[in-house]
Amino acid sequence: MKTFNYHSTKDVKEATKLASSSSAFLAGGMTTLPSMKLGLASYKDIIDIKRIKKLSGIKASGKSVTIGSTTKHVEVANSKEVKKAIPSLAALAEGIGDPQVRNRGTIGGSIANNDPSADYPSACIALNATIHTNNRKISADKFFTGMFETSLKKGELIEAIEFQIPEKSCYQKYPNPASRYAIVGVYVAKHKSDVNVAVTGAKSCVYNEKSIASALLKNFSSSSLDNVKISSSGMNSDIHASADYRANMVKIFAKKAVDAC
Amino acid sequence: MKKVSLEVNGKKVSKEVPDHTVLSVFLREVLNLTGTHVGCDTSQCGACVVHVDGKSIKSCTALAADIEGSKVTTIEGLVSNGKMHPMQEAFKKQHGLQCGFCTPGMVMSAIDLLNHKKNPSDKEIRDWLEGNICRCTGYQNIVAAVKEAASKM
Ligand SMILES: Cc1cc2nc3c(=O)[nH]c(=O)nc-3n(C[C@H](O)[C@H](O)[C@H](O)COP(=O)(O)OP(=O)(O)OC[C@H]3O[C@@H](n4cnc5c(N)ncnc54)[C@H](O)[C@@H]3O)c2cc1C
Ligand code: FES
Ligand code: FES
Repeated sequence: MKTFNYHSTKDVKEATKLASSSSAFLAGGMTTLPSMKLGLASYKDIIDIKRIKKLSGIKASGKSVTIGSTTKHVEVANSKEVKKAIPSLAALAEGIGDPQVRNRGTIGGSIANNDPSADYPSACIALNATIHTNNRKISADKFFTGMFETSLKKGELIEAIEFQIPEKSCYQKYPNPASRYAIVGVYVAKHKSDVNVAVTGAKSCVYNEKSIASALLKNFSSSSLDNVKISSSGMNSDIHASADYRANMVKIFAKKAVDAC
Repeated sequence: MKKVSLEVNGKKVSKEVPDHTVLSVFLREVLNLTGTHVGCDTSQCGACVVHVDGKSIKSCTALAADIEGSKVTTIEGLVSNGKMHPMQEAFKKQHGLQCGFCTPGMVMSAIDLLNHKKNPSDKEIRDWLEGNICRCTGYQNIVAAVKEAASKM
């Protein structure tokens, strides 16, 4: 790993002031450190944001659950508030990687990285999330813009993610047996007036599978998906699964999720 | 360079290290505590698991500077009064190791499990050890060792 200057920061102002075109924020480091070791990334300044108190913690209101960006996966998985308001979100966090990844990895790092197989981006889309940064609010459907890409500007810091509490919801994934990343993951959420079916792992970026969502809006049952056809065009094909296989899994896991709602 | 002060296995240490020093390097190369192994070096295999403030983490993927002020326990810190920890005894008795490369990480991770859950089922043990890879044993005896340790701890 190439050397860098490490900065531990105490507040958002200090962290964003240090940010430049050759810096990265450090949350759990579970992605940043391995990619620097592998030579995929190098930075002059590493800005640690974990000691900024305001960025960590979970708050629930009647309508939403707000999770600070440096909140660790283990904290979301064990949170009484999350389990009560959106049990599917706690279950998603519990299914990420392994205990040591969950002890370090954070929600903000996960969505900023926007890995095409990551779990949290699907929760953001399904639960109509709002991403609060140091200078604006971004709705989830405008946040994830492509493979490992988001609408965050250089040096923009995610402070918290606000999830809308659905009427019912469930996340089902087919995990890669080695890493637990989703080969395909489907997050179904039924809100008062809409249904979202967020799919991760299948394409280069998380997306809302509208054909399934509109069938479920008419009739929220897995049988309503029997005649829905999912095209494999644009789906990933790799050593883990072919595009056709993934297309089939999207429907199967959507059905599973509806049945488990 | 950063001055990093930690408590490692009950002893206070303070060393000046380059900013990019990860905890596994700090332990192995600065403190000569080579019981913590490095397999993949990219947070996949779990050979480097240690406890930081009571929680298991992969030491190859945490900067030493980042855990400044923490308490670290490594495999070397488990022995007390010359006696092995019950988890180490159980791994020995149940043949939970062959080459032993994964073992320090397995033991540290398994102890963290028992700190959370006193009598885990086989499935809970396997789920918890998800991040610890062993290329020798086939895991059967590792699970047996954790079960035996659970009955003794
Ligand atoms: C072995 C292994 C298995 C895994 N399995 C899964 C899995 O099953 N499912 C899954 O979804 N994920 C998985 N992950 C990913 C992991 O859960 C982390 O969420 C992910 O690595 C990034 O989070 P982090 O906190 O470690 O971020 P970091 O590595 O610290 O940062 C990642 C990127 O996000 C930026 N960033 C971090 N925080 C902010 C912020 N607040 N504002 C703006 N930018 C920010 C950083 O600058 C960096 O570019 C796995 C990782 C490993 C190593
Ligand atoms: S060496 Fe740290 S996880 Fe493999
Ligand atoms: S005993 Fe050899 S890797 Fe586990």
